Amino acid sequence: MAQDMQAVLAGFGGQGTLFAGKVIAYAGLIEDRHVSWFPSYGPEMRGGTANCSVTLSDAPIGSPLVTEPDAVIAMNQPSYDRFVLEAKPGAVVVFDSDLVVPADARDDVRRVGIPAAKLAQDAEMGKLANVVLLGKLWAEARFCERATLDEAIRKCVPPSKAHLVEMNKQALEIGMGA
Amino acid sequence: MSEKVLMKGNEALAEAAMRAGCRYFFGYPITPQTELAAYMSKHMPKRDGVYLQAESEVAAINMVYGAASCGVRAMTSSSSPGVSLKTEGISYLAGADLPAVIINVQRGGPGLGSIQPSQADYWQATRAMGHGDFFLPVFAPSTVQEAADLVYEAFDVADRYRTPVVILADGMLGQMMEPVVLPPERDLADLPAKPWATSGTHGERAHNVTNSLCLDARELYEQNVERFERYAVIEREEVRAEEYLTEDADIVVVAFGAAARIARSAVNDARAAGIKAGLVRPITLWPFPAQAVRGCNAKAYLAVEMNMGQMVEDVRLAVEGAAPVAFFGRAGGVIPRPDEVLEQIAALAEGIGE
Repeated sequence: MAQDMQAVLAGFGGQGTLFAGKVIAYAGLIEDRHVSWFPSYGPEMRGGTANCSVTLSDAPIGSPLVTEPDAVIAMNQPSYDRFVLEAKPGAVVVFDSDLVVPADARDDVRRVGIPAAKLAQDAEMGKLANVVLLGKLWAEARFCERATLDEAIRKCVPPSKAHLVEMNKQALEIGMGA
Repeated sequence: MSEKVLMKGNEALAEAAMRAGCRYFFGYPITPQTELAAYMSKHMPKRDGVYLQAESEVAAINMVYGAASCGVRAMTSSSSPGVSLKTEGISYLAGADLPAVIINVQRGGPGLGSIQPSQADYWQATRAMGHGDFFLPVFAPSTVQEAADLVYEAFDVADRYRTPVVILADGMLGQMMEPVVLPPERDLADLPAKPWATSGTHGERAHNVTNSLCLDARELYEQNVERFERYAVIEREEVRAEEYLTEDADIVVVAFGAAARIARSAVNDARAAGIKAGLVRPITLWPFPAQAVRGCNAKAYLAVEMNMGQMVEDVRLAVEGAAPVAFFGRAGGVIPRPDEVLEQIAALAEGIGE
């Protein structure tokens, strides 16, 4: 069984951080763990930054609001700047290296930058940088079984967009290999 | 058994209400409750039910009054400022002894306030959901599963005692997703009969009347007395609380809803630090589980709320001065952190150690 994980996924509204968080939450559900997913839902969602907190645990979850993440996905500079400071020592911080310049002074977190948006574009899956980054986070944190992640994608992609399941799974692979 | 699914609290409340046999929903959008109404608008038509977005909260609660008079399971939902608008209608429901369910997904106040999670409507829900002498059962879920389970039961409680029932949730619970196993779909034919309903005489009986107007003082007094006899039964039969690690606890935290989740983490942390802490989580806010609180015989109590200190008064009434009762809260939509609560527990532990 994977370790407990408290994750924050953050970026601009529309980049798909809430969706990526939902995939993690479903992975936890499939593996019958305690799970919570909590979005920021303030006015900042309208054109500004959006983030969500996701917790996977083997014990009942207290506050669903993650204040000290041990895993972060940052899809833009303001999100990186904020959450790298909140991260727990030893946390993994995954970010898009074309969009974020890590200028923080933390020497106790693991920074993993990949050009996620470019990788997604090159593979003609322009909007799936979020899932590419999720693949990378999985490779770093192994928060669930590999097969569970694909199943979680299937659960999260709405039936009306079922044709996108395969592309999402490919995006995960690209992230894992990056 | 039904499959475990991942749902927002707002959606789970809506789905479980429909499964309980609710076929009439009257609402008006307001953050952080809107997903509840949105879910109803999508799914109620599939069950041949009525979803109606009223022109205002006042209209919505009066539509609930009308539907409840006809004997059907009806409900409305809103968030704090919208619930204030409904209070006149809720008093009328209480005065006419009509069953209905009202959901408040609380946000920071007073006034328009914020849209972030809050528990600042505790006093309103437990003391003054409108003018006049009345109480109503108030359920406070603290997980998405419990939100589904309690709204499902709320309709039965409302029917059993002919009273409106409030589900006091908050923005955190409404917006968060958790795994939930939904309750089974109720067969509408199996719902309790309502011989008092104004659903047509079919020429076979005298007219039924639902009304909250009673101009004869003596008669109104007797109505009030009868209602309070019912309240006494509710206080005896329906009071509910969860106790966690209270058996040997020196310090008992009392918290409900979202705050109880945070308090529970803090109690675990306190135990890890060698402090004998426990938690009483009121599930019904009215009736308040005074026995459960008092029965802990703690050396000190700590009420933790997402407001400036409201339930703490009920804790003090329950404890009757037998032990000190402290308060810790964050208001306006700020969510307290477990380490802040732990600090308060540790300070109390130090105090009683002297």
